[in-house]
Amino acid sequence: MNTIVNAFPYLMEGLQVTIYIFFIAIILGFIIGLVVALLRLAPLKILNWIAKIYVDAIRGTPFIVQLFFIYFGLNSLAWISLDNTTAGIVTVAINAGAYFAEIIRAGIQSIDKGQTEAARSLGLNAQQTMRHIVLPQAFRRMLPTFTNQAIISLKDTSLLSVIGIADLTQEGRIQAAATFDAFNVYLIVGLIYFVVIYLLSMLASYVERKFVLR
Amino acid sequence: MSMIRVENLKKSFGNIEVIKDMSTVVEEKEVICVIGPSGSGKSTFLRCLNRLEEISGGHVYIEGVDITDPKNNINTIRQNVGMVFQQFNLFPHMSVMENITLAPMKLKKGDKKAIEKKAYDLLGKVGLQEKAKAYPGELSGGQKQRVAIARALAMDPKIMLFDEPTSALDPEMVGDVLDVMKQLAREGMTMVVVTHEMGFAAEMGDRVLFIDGGYIVEENVPKELFGNPQHERTKAFLSKVL
Repeated sequence: MNTIVNAFPYLMEGLQVTIYIFFIAIILGFIIGLVVALLRLAPLKILNWIAKIYVDAIRGTPFIVQLFFIYFGLNSLAWISLDNTTAGIVTVAINAGAYFAEIIRAGIQSIDKGQTEAARSLGLNAQQTMRHIVLPQAFRRMLPTFTNQAIISLKDTSLLSVIGIADLTQEGRIQAAATFDAFNVYLIVGLIYFVVIYLLSMLASYVERKFVLR
Repeated sequence: MSMIRVENLKKSFGNIEVIKDMSTVVEEKEVICVIGPSGSGKSTFLRCLNRLEEISGGHVYIEGVDITDPKNNINTIRQNVGMVFQQFNLFPHMSVMENITLAPMKLKKGDKKAIEKKAYDLLGKVGLQEKAKAYPGELSGGQKQRVAIARALAMDPKIMLFDEPTSALDPEMVGDVLDVMKQLAREGMTMVVVTHEMGFAAEMGDRVLFIDGGYIVEENVPKELFGNPQHERTKAFLSKVL
């Protein structure tokens, strides 16, 4: 019991790092996803291809390989120097971005064509229609899938411990080694992840109820 | 100058030629009703008038401006051409008031108060002032369609296009929507109405176009077209619907 009490403050520090990385990465990932989804649906073929190649490349390779490529691979180039936190954030963002792009694309395509026609018939241009009519409806519809991906990305951050980022998992490893009580330390680490993810999905269903039911 | 001039309009979807060759003219304050069997191309014809369908051949002029010419800004032209759809296409995430004010807010330089006042007046015109704060999901079909008409009118269009506006309504709702359209016609709005409501066409139409097989088969004042159709196809169609 004592070991846990001693380990707990370190685990909380790790949790802060996890949440910090998750938060920035998910926002970046969302922006990437939105841009890529719009490229995917743009009227120019070449843009569609670029977007599709990106999405396929990310979906077709393991997260850990993407992480190693960005941290070790890119850093081996003379003109690039990324610290591990930046590399971690970038990897999670790029990874989530590809999945978000597919979610957003599907969301956009699920909106009835009549919505676009009505907006265009009023004189709104394509951008105004996307911004005021299509995206707000698409986002409401994609919220559940979106939450799912955010949870997956949060769990993916635990893999960042392998490049030495002092996140919750990494702190857990250190404490497990220091206290010789791996059973209890990892049990607590697991519980902390569980609670955070549970809170996240509660928040999501609250937002969903607030916006979707209408 | 004619409000709408259609010259040798053609429209294909892939290999299927839906509009083969149509020409007509709509003058200011005219009410034109378009009738014909389903699949005849009448909705496509209407949708070519504001270029919701890309036009494959020929020309459409709105107030003398060729909308098929890519140099002309279609968004500006569309501000003068309101459209009402069979499925209403109200924006479900916005209140009735927001549905009506969105386009004027974004496209017209006027203050919010004045635009909302006008939207409120338009709601009065279609008899739905008490629904200003409601969402489309809370309205009946007939109410939705009347809001859709108010939404189109908010841009002060010179022309209104109606694409089977009462076809998706329960029968008891049809009258309310037709009444709004009749009032609009009496006020001098230039209207093109694709409809199955032969009663409306006969009563309100200055001219009726009968479309079949990608052509305007016959075009006449309602009394003549309904009472004394010239073409076999018109006769066959009317014998089924009247």
